[in-house]
Amino acid sequence: MAPLLEVENLKVKFALRFGELTAIDGVSFTLVRREKLGLVGESGAGKSVTGFAIINLLSKPGYISDGKITFQGQRLDKLSDEDMRDIRGNRISMIFQDPMMTLNPVLTIGEQMAETVLAHQKVSKAEAMEIALAKLKKVYIPSPEERLRQYPHECSGGMRQRIVIAIALLTDPALIIADEPTTALDVTIQADIMDLMVELCADEDMGLILITHDLAVVSQVTEKIAVMYAGKIIESGPTADIIHTPRHPYTQGLIQAIPGNSEAGRRLNQIPGMMPTLTDIPDGCAFHPRCGLSKDVCQRETPLLLPTDNENRLVACHKIGLKNNF
Amino acid sequence: MNAWLRFKDSYLFYSFKRDPVAIISFTLFFILLLVGLSAPVIAPHNTYDTSTFDIMDSELPPSWMDEGSQDFLFGTDIQGRDLFSTMLFGLRTSIIIGIGAVIFQAFFGVGIGLIAGYLGGRLDAFLMRVADIQFSFPYLIVAIIASAIFQVAFGVNRYEQLAIPLLIIIIGISEWPKYARTVRASVLGERNKEYVEAARVIGLNRRTIMLRHILPNTLTPVLVISTIQVPQAIMSEAALSFLGLGMPITQPSLGSLIRAGFEYIFSGSWWITFFPGILLVVFILVILLLGDWLRDVLNPRLYKG
Amino acid sequence: MFAFIVRRIIQAIVVMMIIGLIGFAVKNNLGDPVRDLLPISASEAERVALRDKLGLNDPFVTQYFRFLGQALKGDLGVSYFHSKPTIEVIAAKAPATLELVFATALIIVFISLPVGVYSAIFPKSWFSRITMGLSTVGVSMPVFLTAIVFIYIFGVELHWLPSYGRGETVNIYGWESGFFTIDGLKHLILPSIALSSIMLPLFIRLIRSEMMEVLETEYIKFAWAKGLHRKRIYLVHAFKNTLLPVVTVFGVEIGILFAFTILTETVFQWQGMGFMFLEAVERSDTALLVAYLVVVGAIFVVVNTVVDIIYGFINPMVRIAGTK
Repeated sequence: MAPLLEVENLKVKFALRFGELTAIDGVSFTLVRREKLGLVGESGAGKSVTGFAIINLLSKPGYISDGKITFQGQRLDKLSDEDMRDIRGNRISMIFQDPMMTLNPVLTIGEQMAETVLAHQKVSKAEAMEIALAKLKKVYIPSPEERLRQYPHECSGGMRQRIVIAIALLTDPALIIADEPTTALDVTIQADIMDLMVELCADEDMGLILITHDLAVVSQVTEKIAVMYAGKIIESGPTADIIHTPRHPYTQGLIQAIPGNSEAGRRLNQIPGMMPTLTDIPDGCAFHPRCGLSKDVCQRETPLLLPTDNENRLVACHKIGLKNNF
Repeated sequence: MNAWLRFKDSYLFYSFKRDPVAIISFTLFFILLLVGLSAPVIAPHNTYDTSTFDIMDSELPPSWMDEGSQDFLFGTDIQGRDLFSTMLFGLRTSIIIGIGAVIFQAFFGVGIGLIAGYLGGRLDAFLMRVADIQFSFPYLIVAIIASAIFQVAFGVNRYEQLAIPLLIIIIGISEWPKYARTVRASVLGERNKEYVEAARVIGLNRRTIMLRHILPNTLTPVLVISTIQVPQAIMSEAALSFLGLGMPITQPSLGSLIRAGFEYIFSGSWWITFFPGILLVVFILVILLLGDWLRDVLNPRLYKG
Repeated sequence: MFAFIVRRIIQAIVVMMIIGLIGFAVKNNLGDPVRDLLPISASEAERVALRDKLGLNDPFVTQYFRFLGQALKGDLGVSYFHSKPTIEVIAAKAPATLELVFATALIIVFISLPVGVYSAIFPKSWFSRITMGLSTVGVSMPVFLTAIVFIYIFGVELHWLPSYGRGETVNIYGWESGFFTIDGLKHLILPSIALSSIMLPLFIRLIRSEMMEVLETEYIKFAWAKGLHRKRIYLVHAFKNTLLPVVTVFGVEIGILFAFTILTETVFQWQGMGFMFLEAVERSDTALLVAYLVVVGAIFVVVNTVVDIIYGFINPMVRIAGTK
């Protein structure tokens, strides 16, 4: 089966006054039709940047310096501005983190929905509104006709995120990129929204890239996981494998840090130290200063992302490649 | 010495060194300030002394022009005064009134802002209402009307004698709400912080808490506003003087020089207006540029860039 | 929304009463209506009689409310110099000032909006850089100096444009207008451009920085992610949000424009309210001075109130909550 999305050796740099910073350093992954991928990491690891790079919406000093992004057989990184515009919000939709900030405060919800349809399809405004209404029903919004006439601030946070999801669905996209879609919401609503997204992906035949720092969320939603650290994927594979048998010390740390995984009454496990900022990424393995298993080689050489148990299971750690020395 | 070293390593000095606009503005500002304040010493002619100038010298063009005289670098005004010296004295007057007015309004505004912000309640509501109401009127119209009322009340002669302190008060009154509002806002921000709570718990009285603990934390915004207020006050003074509501021509500021020169611009004596005008614009411009730079440095949002 | 409007109007009335109080205090302490009404030769007894008749010996509060009542009826006293009701003197001068302010406001709107928006979208273009540089210099240039420079260049040296007075005017139902004659419009050019020079840099900068801030928001990013056309993002999503703060500031700045007309009117001998006011000060015409204070105060209060209410209409947040 031809992949839905294929990202190969993606590099993103930020051109700043005092030089260039590498935000994404050779990220590769593939997604087949209807597949759901979780992109996991701490903030600053480059997961959101990866998401924005796919739809070519990097904010200003950032640009794609290398790599290929192929979507349904089309090279996205080579497209003209206008062609790219017609893919955004049409065949690839994006859902943002904070629903309180993503909707324009001075336009009605109906306007914000209809304009998306109008930007991609040759339909009348009334037809666009019809489509909007249908999608609002799809995300279980009560009295949707009324909502169309309302302004964003008249809706609660959970309601707004449903509206944002409805906007993402408007043009029946093949892929949705969701950047921390539940982080800003109440815990009780988080589960509802996540369930809704899973349901919609199945119904509408969509692929999903779920960007999050929350391993617990991804483990319930996606089929695959890629863990990012300091601009690189350091481990990837099927969700169950990653959760049950993490190989990279960083992934192991992340999983132990999930509250349910430590014994009641004991301190939560945490990974010592902080992720390096882009300006001072250490030589060798970027994780070595925080790694309990660090060796000389980790400080000198950058480990490659290589297959371990099988070809779907990739880990970038010297511990794996040089088993005998560890 | 130690303080100097600390200053040399500070972020303030570091960004100053890297910004040519800031360096040039600061240098010019410093020179103009020095020259203006020492006008009585360095001016080639004492323009306050009527015996030193001669009506025969009136309206001479600048020294580099055909009819110019070596004695008068920028020419002379209508009374035969050396324009260069008059400008220096005018600059001095503008500086004194500009800075005086800002000190006055800052003192007044900061005081009210502190009291309103810290004590709160009805007094706060009342003071801020007053500030809001005055704020809804442009400062210049407040200043113009206030000076008009003062001039009618005192009579023109008495007003001219008292011009400097009166202008300081008038410009000060027309601008205090800006300080009061800003200080109140930052007092409200500081008031509930833990260090203030702690000071209250160890039993310090209100006045000590306000002056020792809260006031110092509100000074950065005060400094930032002042970099806008000083040029504004100088402009207000110039405008009032230009309208004949400010400094009399016998002890001119830059504004009254421009007013005096304007009457002769139709007869071709452009220099009487031109040179004081340039001096005024340059002086205001360098303060504004310095202020821009300072705001950028003090504004933490810049670090994110 | 209704409660909001009512509250705003009550506030406006209170402010007007305070302005009336200041005006009355000035009039009461500085003005001498007896001097204004009687010939110099009048005897002391005549003066005392007139004082009683005018109620000048009544308590302050009584006089204040009488003053307010008269002001409401449009009676703000008689100008000593013009020997006419002050309100008539002002009404005769008002069209000149209002036309000047109107023309200036038009210039400001039509230049600052496109320039500000353009330089926000393309902050690094040479056009934006030059505009920003010029605007810094523009802010430091007092309006009367700009006016003088204009007069010297276009009036004295080049003889292109008239540099004083209003030129030919047309009387339309008592309104002396310079808008309908070529000569009147020519006379309007220099004063209105000079007057706009004080606000233009401020507005270009304000619009630019507001718009740049809006362009950084999440909802604009989301609009891009929705694949909207560039034009729609800039002109609908960003611009509408930029306008909110700009409209508020514009209302306040129109007021400041009034203050600065006093300066431009002086330079251009423009026979408007500001020019009249300065004459009144020189002649110690207290009644006219106070009338000017009250009228200008009323203009500000009305403009501010209207702007607040318009703001309430544009901004749905204010409209629903009913508070600011």
